Amino acid sequence: MTIAALEAVEVDYPRGRALGPFDLSLEAGEIVALVGPSGCGKSTALRLLAGLEAPTRGTVRRAAGRGETSVVFQAATLAPWLSAAANVALPLELAGLPRARARAQALEALGRVGLAGAENARPAQLSGGMAMRVSLARALVTRPRLLLLDEPFAALDEITRRALADDVLVLWTELKPAIVFVTHNVEEAVYMAERVVVMTPGPGRAAGETAIDAAMPRLPRFRTTAPFRHAAEAVSNQLAAAMA
Amino acid sequence: MRRAVAILAPLVLVALLLGGWELACRALAVPAYFLPAPSAIGASLVADAPLLLSSAWNTLAMALMALLLASAFACTLALLTATSRTVERAVHPLAVVLQVTPVVAIAPLVVIWAGLAHPERAVVSLAAVVAFFPIFSGALTGLKAADPDLERLFDLYGASRWQKLSRLRLPSAVPYLLEGHKVAAGLAIIGAVVAEFVAGSGGAQGLAWRILEAGNRLQTARMFAALAVLGLMGAALHALFQMAERWALMRWGGR
Repeated sequence: MTIAALEAVEVDYPRGRALGPFDLSLEAGEIVALVGPSGCGKSTALRLLAGLEAPTRGTVRRAAGRGETSVVFQAATLAPWLSAAANVALPLELAGLPRARARAQALEALGRVGLAGAENARPAQLSGGMAMRVSLARALVTRPRLLLLDEPFAALDEITRRALADDVLVLWTELKPAIVFVTHNVEEAVYMAERVVVMTPGPGRAAGETAIDAAMPRLPRFRTTAPFRHAAEAVSNQLAAAMA
Repeated sequence: MRRAVAILAPLVLVALLLGGWELACRALAVPAYFLPAPSAIGASLVADAPLLLSSAWNTLAMALMALLLASAFACTLALLTATSRTVERAVHPLAVVLQVTPVVAIAPLVVIWAGLAHPERAVVSLAAVVAFFPIFSGALTGLKAADPDLERLFDLYGASRWQKLSRLRLPSAVPYLLEGHKVAAGLAIIGAVVAEFVAGSGGAQGLAWRILEAGNRLQTARMFAALAVLGLMGAALHALFQMAERWALMRWGGR
């Protein structure tokens, strides 16, 4: 079942075309990575999928409704005046869930990302990786069918980003949302996604697509296998061709 | 050790300056109406303490009342303004004109409006005019300072306009509001003193009036004493608001 699709979408900004024409179709429970240089319209594509922006031309199809889509940004984007638990409970409360039930579900979501006990901490008291986990818990607390990750680990160190990538995969096996994952890290894309779409510099177009043929969810040792290296090489070559 | 030096250094400097002043006054036999020695000012501070303190309280009370008024008006107007770009475009030039017009220039008008029998109303209104702008512009900036990505998330979660205001924009504005009130508190004192001078009547009996009165009687030591009280009061109020701001920011952001 197709959960969301971009069909020949084009997005024009006052300073020029940002995206398109671009096609992307997403099956339920699938993980797709968008890889491309800065300013190739990856984030624009995500905003179209989220319904936060409308395309200038083309069609956006979304089977996932408003409450069923979540976004995680490059920064944790937490409200500094709210505790971790209150931040995670926010989407539920905005949807009209009673406070106590929202909090209970928020605590459960925090536990799922390994932050049980940190519920009363304010964002300023959390490390970058912990804040990102809170952000992830907030995205998952609504049990979305479509999860959009906009370079979510770009601001973190290599060790933390690998740990978080594995966390996302574990959470994916539990909740099975379709994930679109924007990154400019080729290895990260190959490690996490079942399909990697390479985009050209602005205006963003699809420059190539690589299916990553390995069992899901991926485990850390996948990084050292030959299929991983071959896939990473193929994606890198596509990226180099797209940039030329 | 470093801490002690940091505290002592300004005290030592003040003591040296006062000592030099005292010596110069005595050695050069400066007339007391022209420049009284610090010892004479100190004597006046002690002798006139009840009068100066009650005057200081009058000025402070008027300034605080002005701050409250300004805060209520500025926050309400900022809220109305922040709801629409058109209203903001319409209001902003007026607010700027109000800010750049010297309070002294509008004081005579306000004195007439307040009624000659009520100079304290004129003083409070004028001080409120001066205190209005930092709160208004702080509130307006704060209401627009929400993280744009957080705003996108609120849209994604289907938040209503009211939810966006009460749960995102108002809390985001808190640090800006605190800063605005801190600046406005200092300005309210200045505004009250300026307004007292212009109102120029004994009805409001604040520190500025004491300074005018002492000046007319050539009681220069008392003028200095009133000035010292005014300076100390301003500094104390600023320190108080600074502490309140720090405390509130800590509660707000959990740092």
